[in-house]
Amino acid sequence: MSAPAPTLSTTRSTPDGRARSAARLRAPRRRRHSADRPRRSVTLTLLTGLVLLYSLVPLVWLIVSATKTQEGLFGSFGLWFDGDFALWENITRTLTYDGGVFVRWLFNTLLYVVLGAGGATFLAVLGGYGLAKFDFPGRRAVLAVVIGAVAVPGTALAVPTFLMFSGLGLTNTPWAVIVPSLISPFGLYLMWVFTSEAVPTELLEAARIDGAGEARTFFRVALPLLGPGIVTVSLFTMVATWNNYFLPLIMIKDPDWYPLTLGLDAWNSQASTAGGEAIFDLVITGSLLTIVPLIAAFLLLQRYWQSGLAAGSVKE
Amino acid sequence: MTTPLPATAGPATSRRRRGARTWTGWGFVGPFMTVFGLVFLAPIAYSLYLSLFRDRMIGGTVFVGLENYQRALTDPRFWEGVGRVALFLGVQVPIMLGIALLVALAIDSGRLYGRDFFRMAVFLPYAVPAVVATLMWGFMYGTRFGLLGDINDALGVSLPDPLSPDLVLAAIGNIVTWEFTGYNMLILYSALRVVPRSLYEAAEIDGAGQLRVITAIKLPALRGALVIATVFSIIGSFQLFNEPSILRNLAPNAVTTDYTPNLYTYSLSFSGQQHNYAATVAVVMGLITMAVAYAVQLRGMRKEA
Repeated sequence: MSAPAPTLSTTRSTPDGRARSAARLRAPRRRRHSADRPRRSVTLTLLTGLVLLYSLVPLVWLIVSATKTQEGLFGSFGLWFDGDFALWENITRTLTYDGGVFVRWLFNTLLYVVLGAGGATFLAVLGGYGLAKFDFPGRRAVLAVVIGAVAVPGTALAVPTFLMFSGLGLTNTPWAVIVPSLISPFGLYLMWVFTSEAVPTELLEAARIDGAGEARTFFRVALPLLGPGIVTVSLFTMVATWNNYFLPLIMIKDPDWYPLTLGLDAWNSQASTAGGEAIFDLVITGSLLTIVPLIAAFLLLQRYWQSGLAAGSVKE
Repeated sequence: MTTPLPATAGPATSRRRRGARTWTGWGFVGPFMTVFGLVFLAPIAYSLYLSLFRDRMIGGTVFVGLENYQRALTDPRFWEGVGRVALFLGVQVPIMLGIALLVALAIDSGRLYGRDFFRMAVFLPYAVPAVVATLMWGFMYGTRFGLLGDINDALGVSLPDPLSPDLVLAAIGNIVTWEFTGYNMLILYSALRVVPRSLYEAAEIDGAGQLRVITAIKLPALRGALVIATVFSIIGSFQLFNEPSILRNLAPNAVTTDYTPNLYTYSLSFSGQQHNYAATVAVVMGLITMAVAYAVQLRGMRKEA
């Protein structure tokens, strides 16, 4: 059995801190720099800094560009600010353009995320718990089918899914986006591994002996131990739903039900249609507004989801 | 232990303690499996069914057996797309995973200044939707108000246009690399964090250098995670759709409607109304993806043994 230290998943401090203090307890440091406390390297920092630049420059470009007028976009250097600072004006125009359709798309996206990602997380937590803590007829088949289906390209399912949903009269409704978003095989897998580490079976047995039913045992005993795992899974399903493009593209024809991604794409292609108004400034500002909530969520919750990922995702 | 589900041993062991099988587990797994059946299994079955029929102008839908498959296997538009994503896979995935590996090792080494900042900042592009990433890069590639135009003006050079037919695949490769390097880095980094620190101390006492620690301890520990990352990247490459589809607005001549198998399926289905043939192409592509992913996984596992 590849028994990973169960404490990893239940402690909430960062993995680094934990490992370091544990190592320090075991072997007192003899030297100033050791395997435990290596010497910092300027060269390595600079080299890795190249990848950092690569990752951040486009985002800097986006922020800088969102402050420019359309003329400024064409006339000024991409990575520096233009004379007039038009960020607030751009935001106002983005939110009010075409009768405030951007706000409508934002609410659609929120609806898809709350119901889709929320539901996906709930199903993954329940399913992961079931797989980790119960033996039931067909358990192996469930695992085989889910793993096998993950290898099937999701987009390969698009055509039949569209035809099925069309037959059910669900296309062009929010359900066509929400229902397929409810399944996150990665989330199920993550919760399964996480539960087997973070919830001691003995604890569940104790609860049952005390007369708690299965539902009560799950909600009162197991669920509180699953915090970091749930945060991790919900962030990843949230990203998947918030950023989804292909599924709404095939399912939704009515712009009133577009999510932000589809709306931005529509705004961008507007410039190349005959008689369409080019609104690159709004596309850019809208893009910035689209990514801010997710980046904020990742930064604010990083302590929780990173420990959840470390404990769950790729343990040997 | 390097399949996408490396923890199989865990639950299996605890099962012995649990005793008799009951149906209780289904109460928890049931809801997932019900929706899974609706949005995964049913479409797969329906796809297979559709692929056996053809819509005729006269006479409606008729059963044609494997005729659609014959057509797909000899369809140059399909195979060109397959070749393109295979080339993409062969070049982009090693570059992306290579960078991800180097960054993960650098952050894990503890030798960086501002390690936590590095870890988050490199990961951030993952949170950016493919639509926004493609629009951003598309604008930057552009010579009108893009960075490329700025560089050309500033240096008095004329760099090749990334949105030309020759270079657009590399331009897409760059966008995908930008989007997913950080994600893969985090997967690899998470795997490195669970290596027992005592191994490093033992190596230090034995006088092993940094490089030796990497080759003897860290890389073997990463093999499972690398296999997973590779398999996911293969699936992603073969599914390539969002980036080329959005770039089409900016470079309609460079990105054709059959640029990747997925774009081909999409245009067959939604512009051409050829649902049956589109389903066939999707099935064939699914089989190719599974075969390649499975082969890589087997190979990755064998190396470890």
